[in-house]
Amino acid sequence: MENTENQGPLWEVFVQSKAGQAFKHAGSVHAYDKEMAVENARDIYTRRNEGNALWVVPSSEIVAVGASEASSFFEPSDNKVYRHPTFYNLPDGVKQM
Amino acid sequence: MIEVELNQEELLKEFEDKIANEVKIEPRDWMPDEYRNHLIRQISQHAHSEVIGMQPEGNWISRAPSLRSKKILLAKIQDEGGHGLYLYGAAETLGVSRDQFINWLHEGKAKYASVFNYPSLNWADVGAIGWLVDGAAITNQVSLQRTSYGPYARAMVRICKEESFHQRQGYEIMWKMMEGTEDQKRMAQDALNRWWWPALMMFGPHDSESPNTGNAVKWKIKRESNDRLREKFINKTIPQAELIGLKIPDPNLKQIGEEQYAHGDIDWKEFWDVINGNGPCNQQRLEHHIQAHQDGAWVRECANAYHTKSK
Repeated sequence: MENTENQGPLWEVFVQSKAGQAFKHAGSVHAYDKEMAVENARDIYTRRNEGNALWVVPSSEIVAVGASEASSFFEPSDNKVYRHPTFYNLPDGVKQM
Repeated sequence: MIEVELNQEELLKEFEDKIANEVKIEPRDWMPDEYRNHLIRQISQHAHSEVIGMQPEGNWISRAPSLRSKKILLAKIQDEGGHGLYLYGAAETLGVSRDQFINWLHEGKAKYASVFNYPSLNWADVGAIGWLVDGAAITNQVSLQRTSYGPYARAMVRICKEESFHQRQGYEIMWKMMEGTEDQKRMAQDALNRWWWPALMMFGPHDSESPNTGNAVKWKIKRESNDRLREKFINKTIPQAELIGLKIPDPNLKQIGEEQYAHGDIDWKEFWDVINGNGPCNQQRLEHHIQAHQDGAWVRECANAYHTKSK
């Protein structure tokens, strides 16, 4: 029986579809080094010109806040309605702002 | 002890609330074991199907009738491999390694779509597979884009974008053959005759007989029933067949409304025979996969050695 973990480490793939746009998570690949990771990512996630640029990141290096911790983690922004432009009153007659 | 049990109940309620509100479940979220196990089974079998499905088509790469059709077939088969990888990736987020999935396949513990246990006898079969087998798969996958597990739903969105090319290339082959010589027409009809029923069987047993439907529907893993999806497929496909002069091989087929059809009885004995390993190519498909995997072992060993050394 072969080793059951021999496909190489996992990498997360982020693709930028057009210049100027944000990179978006596409999925993951297995690879043994950086070069193989970008090549696998290209072959798997950009077979139809979906990519203008590509990032691969070792999955183990990603620090995440999951939905279960989210309510307390993001709580500080809950009570700051004054951060939104709709909070403010404007005098009648203002045409554009 | 009591506290832990209460906690489980709360977690389950939270989980079921999300499902009710169409909030996707993500890998780090709590989920019932039964939900996780159902997904592990379903997504990995879906992945295996994509990969095993490369074999009947791969059979015709070297004998494609033109450079155009060879390039298209290569691209299609490469897509299938890619789809397998999206799905293995989604399945791995549930905490099982890719190698484990492959071992389960090789040990016969995991299944793949039974339809790939039929042989591809001639070029018309490549047309029939793309048109009918991919067509049936798309019908199912469009519905799965709304499945409740986030990584699976996202893989489905990506796959559906790519699959419509597959179905069209298959239909184009059938159409070209139906415009061709008498022999070509006969071959196209023969391929339809052989692939029609296996394609209908891809949707699985009737709803009344489907053992895996219960919680899968409640938890929105499965969004539409086997019979409903099968109906959608035949309603789309029958007019396509008629348009190019093909005859559906079902003497009991009835038109029950505008673009609505009812098919005759499916041979469920054949369905279960093939699922249980007695189809024409079950052994060949699995042996080929095992052989290819073993042939590639030295590559993985070298890559692992390189990886360990460069750490």
